[in-house]
Amino acid sequence: MGAIARVVNLVKNYPLEGVVVRALRGVSLDFEEGDFVALMGPSGSGKSTLLNLLGCLDRPTSGRYELGGRDVSRLDDEQLSAIRGRYLGFIFQSYNLIQQYTVAENIAVPLLYRRRADASGQRRCRRLAEVVGLGNRLHHRPAQLSGGQQQRVAIARALVNDPHLILADEPTGNLDTRTSNEILELLRALNEAGKTIIMVTHENDVAAWARRVVHLRDGHVESDTRTPPLTVPTETPV
Amino acid sequence: MASTYWLLIPSAGLLALVLLGTVGRHLLGPGGRQSVVMAVRNLLLHKLRSFLSVLGIIIGTAAVIVLTAFGEGSMRDALEDIKRMGATNIIVLSVRPPESVAGGQRQSHISRYGLTLEDQRRFEETLRPAVVATLCTRAFDSEVRPVTASGVYQGRVVATQPRYADLHRLDGRVAAGRFLVEQDEREIANVAVLGWDVAGELFPGQDPLGKKITIKDCAFEVIGVLKERAPVAGERFDGDVYIPLRTWRERLGERVVVLRTADSISAEEIQLSQIVLTVGGTDQVRPTADVVRSQLQRFHETADFEVRVPLDRLEESERTRDRYRLLLFFIAGITLVVGGIGIMNIMLATVTERTREIGIRRALGASRRDITLQFLIEAVVQTSLGGLIGVAAGFALTYTIPEVYLFWQQRVLSLPPAQVQRLPVEIQFTSVVLAFVVAVGVGVLFGWYPSRRAARLDPIEALRHE
Repeated sequence: MGAIARVVNLVKNYPLEGVVVRALRGVSLDFEEGDFVALMGPSGSGKSTLLNLLGCLDRPTSGRYELGGRDVSRLDDEQLSAIRGRYLGFIFQSYNLIQQYTVAENIAVPLLYRRRADASGQRRCRRLAEVVGLGNRLHHRPAQLSGGQQQRVAIARALVNDPHLILADEPTGNLDTRTSNEILELLRALNEAGKTIIMVTHENDVAAWARRVVHLRDGHVESDTRTPPLTVPTETPV
Repeated sequence: MASTYWLLIPSAGLLALVLLGTVGRHLLGPGGRQSVVMAVRNLLLHKLRSFLSVLGIIIGTAAVIVLTAFGEGSMRDALEDIKRMGATNIIVLSVRPPESVAGGQRQSHISRYGLTLEDQRRFEETLRPAVVATLCTRAFDSEVRPVTASGVYQGRVVATQPRYADLHRLDGRVAAGRFLVEQDEREIANVAVLGWDVAGELFPGQDPLGKKITIKDCAFEVIGVLKERAPVAGERFDGDVYIPLRTWRERLGERVVVLRTADSISAEEIQLSQIVLTVGGTDQVRPTADVVRSQLQRFHETADFEVRVPLDRLEESERTRDRYRLLLFFIAGITLVVGGIGIMNIMLATVTERTREIGIRRALGASRRDITLQFLIEAVVQTSLGGLIGVAAGFALTYTIPEVYLFWQQRVLSLPPAQVQRLPVEIQFTSVVLAFVVAVGVGVLFGWYPSRRAARLDPIEALRHE
């Protein structure tokens, strides 16, 4: 399988209170199609910056970012918006659903910006709600759902445009262990169905669900290890 | 001068076009419909806030409609009064000269003043062809009695010529019989045409035609009755009795007793109370009026005449109306701008409040244009609804205020019917369209900045916003 996403010598500097913060100091990584990658590292290591760049929410100071074979590191804001809407799916720590919308409408938001919110789009939203186990909650609002259910809606939303990459930023950070495992179970199932997932986390338990773990420190790749595919972590009493 | 008003319409149209260009293109697609639906839902989510933020727009729109309706209504009445007097007419009136000048004649107890047939003859000779027609009238108050029955009516006798009918547009206003004709004048006929009230008072429930009445001991045959006529500039007509001018001169004489005191009777001798000169076109009104004035000054020893030019008053009134309209648009503009600031204020707060939502939408593929449009559509939907409510409120107020005023006069002040005044109103279609378009335009104008601010937010920062 080829690389669905590739960063080459990626550098990101940004000014913070008069000082230039060198968040990424030349990161090169290939992300294979169908992979499940955990980005780890202490705070300030640059993992969030890398995720923002991978998510086309920001542009690198230098270096290349190829997504689906196309260099997207020099695109303008409008083009990046289109890339996000078409090729990327986001899952956030705090779910980030739009409060005034129903489950079905939240799932459909990315379609809105691709002008695809038509009848077939609606059918797709309903099917995805069923995939994440919320087929009977279509007309609920986020406030009526538990954290785990909200994150499932967010996952369905991330899938609606059939993206190249699913980017998850601490997807279980706000959830208890049991619900976390349910969400990770769902992500693994999606990965097994062929979805490419890149997930930022600082918990080893969570990273253990990934096939590959990349450690960042001070803007560099510190380690890049492939975990044995058959590791199934369980709640082991210590 | 009315152009100032009409100039605003193309500019409003232009605004509407710009509006369509920016938002309309987006609104036409299925996504656009969805945006509008979403916008409406967002507004409904905060009903009170949405209502309060468009309250300024509602009041502004309603105020424009109500104020123009009242302004136009009263102006229309004034202008119609003047137009009825005729824009191509010059009205020359006899007036009692100042006492000090007429003092010498006072001892004789006969005041002799005013316009004469000689004046009229001179006008006819010297002012043709500018003056195309003249009309002489002698009007005086008098008792009118029926010959065969009892009763008396304190009316006004108007001795005049057949042309009176043309000048006062009596076509179709004759209830029975006919108005005076040239033949009556030639034959010095003793005929009279009664005003509506006179006929009703003297001959209740009867056909007045062919009946006899007396005016100052002279008998007249009723040949016609006029329908009710609207007063013009405060002058009422329904108590009038019309007789031929020549008949009056030959049969009744020019002396009319007007004043009795304990020991003396003073009389007035006036040949004509009014001469109306009709000129060929409005451009000839003023030069002719000047000639009339100088002629009268030359031939009259005292200032016993007055020259009125309705055209002057017409133009004066039109200028007043235009100034009033301009003032209105100023007020309307200020109200709507204040309304717009209200909208902008709330929107800026909303943008801050919804920063995170903006971040989410940006992450999910919304471009800056999408965000701008979303907020702009919300603003425009809001001001459009506000404008519609304002238009409805404007209509409602325009039609209820006169009724309330009427009720207040009748029931609270208990005014006699004659003193009850109606407020004239006329809703201007252009003012409705204009007020609405401006309200919507205010949404675009004042929604623009907050929308741009929303769009300029950095998605990463916005997502981090709590």
